[in-house]
Amino acid sequence: MASAAHKIDDQGNSSTANHPSEAVVVRFAGDSGDGMQLTGGQFTLSSALAGNDFATFPDFPAEIRAPQGTLFGVSAFQINFGSDEIDTAGDAPDVLVAMNPAALKTNVKDLKPGGLIIADSGEFSARNLGKAEYDANPLEDDSLAQWQVIHFNISQLTMDAVKPFGLGNKEALRCKNMWTLGLALWMFDRDRQPIIDWLNGKFAKNKVLADANIAALNAGHAYGETAEIGQPGSVPIPQRHISAADVAPGLYRTITGAEAVAYGLVAGCHLAGVKMFFGGYPITPASAILHYLSNLKHFGVTTFQAEDEIAAIASAIGASYAGQLGVTSSSGPGIALKGEAMGLAAMTELPLVIVNSQRGGPSTGLPTKTEQSDLYQAVYGRNGDTPMPVIAARSPADVFECAIEAVRIATQFMTPVILLTDGYIANAAEPWKVPDTGDFKPFPVSFLESVPEGGFKPYSRDDKLARPWVKPGTPGLLHRIGGIEKEVDTGHINYSPANHQAMTDIRKNKIDGIASYIPEQDVCIGEDHGTLAIVGWGSTFGPIHQAVRRARAKGHDVAHIHVRHIWPLPSNLGDLLKRYDRVLVPEMNTGQFKTVLRDQFLVDAKPLNKVSGQPFRIAEIEAAIEGELA
Amino acid sequence: MNDMTPVAKSSPKDWETDQEVRWCPGCGDYAILKAVQRTMPEIGATPENTVFVSGIGCSSRFPYYMETYGFHTIHGRAPAVATGVKLANPDLDVWIITGDGDALSIGGNHTMHLLRRNLDCQILLFNNEIYGLTKGQYSPTSRIGTRSPSTPFGSVDRPATPCAFALGSGARFVARGFDVNKNLPSVLKAAHAHKGAAFVEIFQNCIVYNADVFASFTEKANADHQLWLENGQPMLFAGGSKGIAMDIDRLTLKVVDVADGDWQGAGVIVHDVTNRAVAHMLVEMPFGAFPMALGVLYDDPRPTFEAAVMEQNAKASEGKVADLQALISRGQNWTVEAKE
Repeated sequence: MASAAHKIDDQGNSSTANHPSEAVVVRFAGDSGDGMQLTGGQFTLSSALAGNDFATFPDFPAEIRAPQGTLFGVSAFQINFGSDEIDTAGDAPDVLVAMNPAALKTNVKDLKPGGLIIADSGEFSARNLGKAEYDANPLEDDSLAQWQVIHFNISQLTMDAVKPFGLGNKEALRCKNMWTLGLALWMFDRDRQPIIDWLNGKFAKNKVLADANIAALNAGHAYGETAEIGQPGSVPIPQRHISAADVAPGLYRTITGAEAVAYGLVAGCHLAGVKMFFGGYPITPASAILHYLSNLKHFGVTTFQAEDEIAAIASAIGASYAGQLGVTSSSGPGIALKGEAMGLAAMTELPLVIVNSQRGGPSTGLPTKTEQSDLYQAVYGRNGDTPMPVIAARSPADVFECAIEAVRIATQFMTPVILLTDGYIANAAEPWKVPDTGDFKPFPVSFLESVPEGGFKPYSRDDKLARPWVKPGTPGLLHRIGGIEKEVDTGHINYSPANHQAMTDIRKNKIDGIASYIPEQDVCIGEDHGTLAIVGWGSTFGPIHQAVRRARAKGHDVAHIHVRHIWPLPSNLGDLLKRYDRVLVPEMNTGQFKTVLRDQFLVDAKPLNKVSGQPFRIAEIEAAIEGELA
Repeated sequence: MNDMTPVAKSSPKDWETDQEVRWCPGCGDYAILKAVQRTMPEIGATPENTVFVSGIGCSSRFPYYMETYGFHTIHGRAPAVATGVKLANPDLDVWIITGDGDALSIGGNHTMHLLRRNLDCQILLFNNEIYGLTKGQYSPTSRIGTRSPSTPFGSVDRPATPCAFALGSGARFVARGFDVNKNLPSVLKAAHAHKGAAFVEIFQNCIVYNADVFASFTEKANADHQLWLENGQPMLFAGGSKGIAMDIDRLTLKVVDVADGDWQGAGVIVHDVTNRAVAHMLVEMPFGAFPMALGVLYDDPRPTFEAAVMEQNAKASEGKVADLQALISRGQNWTVEAKE
């Protein structure tokens, strides 16, 4: 995690702030068959090895194989890397690599004025220009005048480079992305060897393909070199070295949110001393969690691809009843289907973790785009008074800890817990300082195994108001549970007015009481009082963090408060917010957390909303801060 | 489960809870409850290793009345919850109690997939051809023309045949019985003995909303319309005066008269519980022209779902160490050295 790797003083300044800090944003864009995600992934590895901090964001089409060359078939990968703390994938690219006209058309408007375009002119045929709805070739007129444009026939150069290997046309052209990567490595003064090693590993069974790809990589790199020294007919390409970021020593790795969810859940179950049962149903962008966990059977994980979202959660509830930790995961539409079963888990007071990788809604909405619009659904979205703890992760690396926290609360309080991530967190990768798992405090569960003094009551309570967890198979503790209102202590069916009042109160008090077992709300940057607090949750952390840093550097009195525990809220949050003159809540929805804060604390929280399917830009939040303080 | 000490055989009474049974007086559910409580000692079940899982509906109150572990879940989802229970602990003996609405309407999808996967459990579907708990609307098994609060002019949609649905879903055990019949415990016993998903349709009389809808074969006077199937025995009914034979020309079943006990001469089929094709024909026999096929219609076990999952889990774990630190450290990683 970027912020964990950096020391930030209480003024919000990074320890490297005295040095001229540098960061570059590069976006690779091409046809979905061009291998841009692979290119981006390897460039990310190279950035990590160069010691840069970074954040990435893949942006790919919803269609699996969109027709070649079309505008909706463009796949892009953006990386922001630098010598200082990086929290976002970057506002606007400095460099756009466009592998065809459609990639240029859909991405060029995001490029910084004066930014660099590298285009494969070999793909700018009349046919491809037509598919991208260009009337004229933009490489040949002045429509790109506000940017620097370098174009050459990458396709032909790749073909030439791989010619000795005797590949077919199609296979040869597939090496284009490695040629491009080679050029990018040269542009940022990177070592090629790790990529060569990776290619040799990837194509271990096909030496020719490995060699061809390596030749393409080397050719791209050489092209940069020779272009620099001004070979006749070549265009000089700028080269830049971004120095290593000042990060804490230790072992790092890249991690995506989906991986972090899987690992965090496994770690949580390890700390709780229970096996995990994962019931899932494929849905974008949550499926990757099911995929990762399916490979972790040796950690005591059973995965079950159910027939639908409802069966996925219902089976998880059954597993929790039988003594494993049930986990289910989905995105908004699937979570909607799970609603009734979530109520069953609340009524039967069984531990359960429900992960929601949020995407744009309503309905099917924007499956591959990110949004934070399921907060109401998480906090309020069930029939009856069904309170449920909600935890929101802020970044891919942060998910790991949040997942452990979700397991802790679920098992310690015998309750379903919702863990919110989103499409951005699920797919984005960032460097993560691998924690020492020995540093996490275990929270072992204890199953009730014999009749306690005074007799066994399935709905008796401990000091946290949690009921005992009893595994079927335990002699002497036979009991029946279900979705009908339970009698206090005995758990028998009971419809009486006084009992329903009592049980509703108990369920509410139990969840409210969790506030005493979570950390108090802290302030990320700035003072614990003042003119303006920017309050965020989830993946808006990065842009808010950077925007507040920049505003503070300009002397503005602004603080950043990031809330992880959405429900129950930290007990000091209301008092904290009241110590600021103004509260602004940036969210990728129409103002859901803002409404919760206003409701809970009667604070005049103002919204800053964005629902374009794209994360906030730092500049957008910075402008809002300036606006508030003007 | 591996306790070798002989346990004193339980009595049906040991399987009753202290909860007051709250079905309508005269409901067929009482008889089914008694039959199940009579069956438990017979099969050597132990209360702590037995779990009853139900959905929603009159029948789904069942777990509250069984002195075992029990989970009264939500409408239609009992098979899914049971799947989680069994995968988490395959040693448990899982019984699913459901009804025609619960199993075939709101929960049809889960019923189908549980059968297809072949989870080792018993599914008792109480079929009363009506929604009882919601006060009498027609159900997916109601016959065309059923008048109900939601179909005052009679229902127009074709009913589902539960046993045909089960076979079509890949069930490896299909049986039928009815609430007040003395054979019901033996049908339940056979279901329990089958390793895998055992589907039992139990015709159940709803005396309030759909009374006597099965009287045409359940009444004593109509016993001649019951075809009780037994493995290795000829398919005879009506006191042996009639039998089921194969109409070779049309590849269907037909009813034949049996004179003087000469069923061979009449071409009556000997029931083979492993014959899937005949099972399909038996469940589809139109009642009236044919008797109602009862007992074990089909029983041909296959490996179970939970066994396959456990086997794969074990195989995938072979020789691997659950090293959490190694897990989170692998992948694209690099080390940042401490500065001098």
